[in-house]
Amino acid sequence: MSWEPVIGIEVHAELATESKMFCGCAVSFGAEPNTHVCPTCLGLPGALPVANRRAIESIMAIGLALNCEVAERSVFHRKNYFYADLPKNYQISQFDVPVCHDGYLEVVVEGETRRIGIERAHMEEDTGKSTHIGLGGRIHAAESTLLDFNRSGVPLVEIVSKPDIRGAVEARAYAQELRSLVAELGVSDARLEEGSIRFDANVSVRPEGETALGTKVEIKNMNSFRSLERAVAYEIIRQIEVLESGGSLVQETRHWDEEAGVTHSMRVKEGSSDYRYFTEPDLVPMHLDREWVDRIRATIPELPAARRARFVDSGLDADQAAVLSDAAPALQDMFAAAVAAGAPARPTANWLTGEVIAWMRRSETSPEAIPLTGSQLAELVTMVEKGTVSSSAAKEVLEGVLAGEGDPGEVAAARDLLQISDDSALEAAVTEVLEQNPDAVTSYRSGETKVVGFLVGQVMRATGGKADPKRVNELLVETLGR
Amino acid sequence: MSTENGSLFDLTIVEAGARLRSGETTAVELLEAVLDRAHRTEAQLHAYLTLDREGAREAAEQADTQLAGGNDLGPLHGIPMALKDNMCTRGLETTAASQILSGYHPPYDATVVSRLRSGGAVIVGKTNLDEFAMGSSTENSAYGPSFNPWDISRVPGGSSGGSAAAVSAGSAFAALGSDTGGSIRQPASLTGIVGLKPTYGTVSRYGLIAFASSLDQIGPLTRSVGDAALVLEAIWGHDPLDSTSYSGGYPDPSADLAKGVEGLRVGVVREFAGEGYEPAVEEATAKTLDALSGAGARVVEVSLPTVDIALSAYYLVAPAEASSNLARFDGIRYGLRVDGSTTEELMARTRAQGFGPEVTRRILLGTYALSAGYYDAFYGQAQRVRAALREEFDAAYGQVDVLVSPTSPTVAFRAGDKVDDPLSMYLTDICTNPLNLVGHPGISVPVGLDEQGLPVGFQVMAPALGETVMFQVAAEVERLAEFTQRPVLAEVAG
Repeated sequence: MSWEPVIGIEVHAELATESKMFCGCAVSFGAEPNTHVCPTCLGLPGALPVANRRAIESIMAIGLALNCEVAERSVFHRKNYFYADLPKNYQISQFDVPVCHDGYLEVVVEGETRRIGIERAHMEEDTGKSTHIGLGGRIHAAESTLLDFNRSGVPLVEIVSKPDIRGAVEARAYAQELRSLVAELGVSDARLEEGSIRFDANVSVRPEGETALGTKVEIKNMNSFRSLERAVAYEIIRQIEVLESGGSLVQETRHWDEEAGVTHSMRVKEGSSDYRYFTEPDLVPMHLDREWVDRIRATIPELPAARRARFVDSGLDADQAAVLSDAAPALQDMFAAAVAAGAPARPTANWLTGEVIAWMRRSETSPEAIPLTGSQLAELVTMVEKGTVSSSAAKEVLEGVLAGEGDPGEVAAARDLLQISDDSALEAAVTEVLEQNPDAVTSYRSGETKVVGFLVGQVMRATGGKADPKRVNELLVETLGR
Repeated sequence: MSTENGSLFDLTIVEAGARLRSGETTAVELLEAVLDRAHRTEAQLHAYLTLDREGAREAAEQADTQLAGGNDLGPLHGIPMALKDNMCTRGLETTAASQILSGYHPPYDATVVSRLRSGGAVIVGKTNLDEFAMGSSTENSAYGPSFNPWDISRVPGGSSGGSAAAVSAGSAFAALGSDTGGSIRQPASLTGIVGLKPTYGTVSRYGLIAFASSLDQIGPLTRSVGDAALVLEAIWGHDPLDSTSYSGGYPDPSADLAKGVEGLRVGVVREFAGEGYEPAVEEATAKTLDALSGAGARVVEVSLPTVDIALSAYYLVAPAEASSNLARFDGIRYGLRVDGSTTEELMARTRAQGFGPEVTRRILLGTYALSAGYYDAFYGQAQRVRAALREEFDAAYGQVDVLVSPTSPTVAFRAGDKVDDPLSMYLTDICTNPLNLVGHPGISVPVGLDEQGLPVGFQVMAPALGETVMFQVAAEVERLAEFTQRPVLAEVAG
C-alpha cells in the first residue's frame, strides 16, 4: 500500500516588543533571573493584565503577510492548567476568536510552488522557565527546581498551519519560509537556537486516496530545520511501519531525540486535554478597526517570496535568487546597483554571494561597511566578462578595491593584472615556449594531446599570468596543428 | 456607649471634616478616637484582621501637618478609614481571610488604596471578610468570624462584614468593601449603615484579590449617603492598569443629593417580595415606599421575571471565574506552602490545607461548570441569562428612573444558623446579586429597626452610570427614614 503523510506545523514566535504582553516589564533575554518581573507577570494576587498594543500590531502584520483575515473583534481566553512556571496557573491565550485566521503561505519545494493553508494566528503569553537542579536535570529526579519569570508574559504568536504539508522536505521548507517571513517583518528575533521561534509538528499518515485523517502524533523538541526534517521523516516511516505490521497508533506527544535520531513517547493525550477555556474577564474584547489594520498593512516590507521573484525577474535562477534573498539587505542593494550599472545579473550575484561575502566574513566587516560600491562591482564583473582580467586576477583586483586602492580598472593597471588581449604578443610567447619544449611538441604530435595543458601553464608563467588561458590554449592548438 | 457631645468616633465624614478644618479637632484625635473604640470593641466584634496603629499614626500626623500648611487634599483628608483585607496594601499583611495567604505582604498598593492615600485618608487597618469574599456572614474567615454591633450573637452579614461592623461600631469612619453578589450592600443592611456598589468598571479592581472578575466591584461602607458619595468620588475614575476600567465621562454622585424625588418614577421590583421575606423587612420597605410617594415620587410596580433565576446563574458564573482566579494560590511563590514529593503534590496539599470548605466548594463547582462537555449547559447558559437579565433591566429603565427593593430578605441572623446550609446562605443575596450580573449600581440605605432592634436596609438601583439619580433617591430615603440610631455596644477593654 502507498501512504500519504499529512503534516501540520505549529509555530510559536516570541515577539520582540519592548515590553511584555500584559505588563510594562522589559522583554529581555539572558538577564539575571527574575529581574524583569512585576505583580502582573508574577501572578501576584490582585494584579491585572493590560494588552500590549504593539504586540497586537505585530500579530496583525504576521497575519496580513500570511494572507490571513484579521478579525474585527477578537477575544482573549484563559487556558487553565497547573504548572510551576505558569504563575497564574492559567495562560492568557485565544480560543475561538483569534486575531488572524484563514491565510496561506507559498513555499517552493523542488522547483514547485506549494500553497500551505494557515488555520489561524493567535496571541498568547509565554511561561516562565524551570531549571531542574541535580540528578541529570530531569524533572522527576530533580532535587530542586529554580524558576525564572523573566520570560513570563513575553508575547507569543502561535501560527497553526492547516494539515496541508505532505512530506518532511516540505515541512522544512514551510518552517524556513515562515521563519524568514517573521524575521523580515522585524516582529521577532526568530532565532531557533535561542528558542525565540519554535516548531512543533503534527504528523499522521493515511492510505493514498483516503480523505479521512489518520491518528495524529505531535512531535516536539526540534531545534533546527534539519532536525525538523529528520524528525518528520522518521515519524512518517515509524507510523507506516506500525500500521503495516498490523499495529495501531495512539494520539500522543513524542519527543525528538536528536542524537539517537528517533522520537520517544512523552505522554499519551487522554482524549483532548480539558483546559477549561473561558473568556478572560480581565480583558475587554479587542476591536481591530479597519483603518488600524490598513495602517499596519502599509508598514509591511517586501516579503521573501516577492523579493525572490524580483531577483528572478532581473535574471537570476531560483537558487541564486533564494541565496541572495536571504543575504543582508546591504548586499541586495549592492546587487541592484551593480545590475543597474549594466552588470549581468548572474555573475554579479555569484561574485557577491561568493567572493564578497567570503571577504566580509574573513575581515569581520558588517555588510553595511563593505567598501565596495555597486558600480565598482559592476566594473569588475564586466572586466571579467570581457576578458580584460582573468577570473583569478579579478580576485586580486577585488582585494585591491576592498583595500581602498581605487576602482577595479585602476587596481588592475596598478597591479599589472590586465590580460594580454593582443594576439601578437601572445603568439610570441607561444612560439618561445614551443621552442623551449621540443619534447612536449613531439609528444603532442605523436598523439599525446593532453600535454597541451602543460604548455598552457608554461605560456601563463611566461606572461606572468596575464594571458587568457582559453586564448592561449586556442593559439597552442592552432600552432601545433600547423 | 458614651455619646456626650457626640463622640468623635460616631461622626460622619462630612461632620469630622468640618471640625478638622475649623480646628476643633485634629486627624490624630480622630484616629485616636477610632483606635480607642477599636480597642474597646474588637474583643466582641473582631472587625479587624490587622490594625496598623503605627502606620495610621504617621499618616494622621502627616495629615495634620499638611492641613496646617494649607495643603488640603480633599474631603477624606485626615479621615480614619478601614480596608477589607482583600485589597493589597504595600508592606501590610493582606490575607483575604485565607490561611493560604497567611503572612503575605504585597509589594504594591491597590489603585483604590493609592487613591485614598493621595486623598489624605488615614488607613487604620484591614477588616475581616469571608475567605476570598465568598460568603454572606463573615463566618467563613480562616481567622474567626466577625459579629454584629447591634447584637453580638448575630452575624454582621458578608462578605464585607468586618468593614460593616467597624463602620457601624465606630472603629472606622468609613471602609471599603467589595461586592460580587451583595457583599457590600447586604452587610451594610444588616449593620444599619450605607453600602454602595458602584457601576461595574468605575472603580479600579487593580490590587483587589479577585473572586469573580466580571462581578467584583469595590465600593464604600459609610454612615451616611453623603459620605458614600464623597468616598466614591475619591476612589473612582479610569485606571489604565485595569482594562475593564471605564474611560468615558463620569457622573457627579453629589449633584442632586438635596433635590428630593418630586416627579421621579420609582419602580418596585415585584419579584423581590413574598416567601422568605421577613414581615419586618416588608413593612419597612412598604413604609419607605409610602414616604417616597408622599415626597412626590411616582411609585410603580415593575416585573423582572428573570431575576428568579439570577441566583442560579450567579452561582455558575461566580464559582467558574473563582476556580480560575484562585488557581494561582499554589504554594510555589508566596503564602502557605505544604511540601510534597512532587510539584503536583505540593500544590495539591497546599491548596487542600490552605482553602476553607466554602472556597473549596466553589472551586469544585466552578471547575465542573467550565469542564468540556458541561461548559455550554452551565457557564454558557448562565451568560445567556445575564444577557436576558440585562435586557429586562434596560426595558424597566425605559419606564422608571430607579428601581427599589429590600436589600436583604432578612435582618441579621444568628451566628451559626446558616453555616451548614449553603443554599439558605446563598439566598440572603437574592436581591443584590442580579445587579452584579448586569453591572449596574445599587446602594443600601438603613430605613429602620425591627421589633428586636435589628436594622433593615432599603436598596436603590439605577442603570449603568446612573449614580446621580441613585444618590438623589438614596439621600431622600435617608431623610425620610430619619434613621439616627446607633448600635448600643457594651465596651469591653480588649
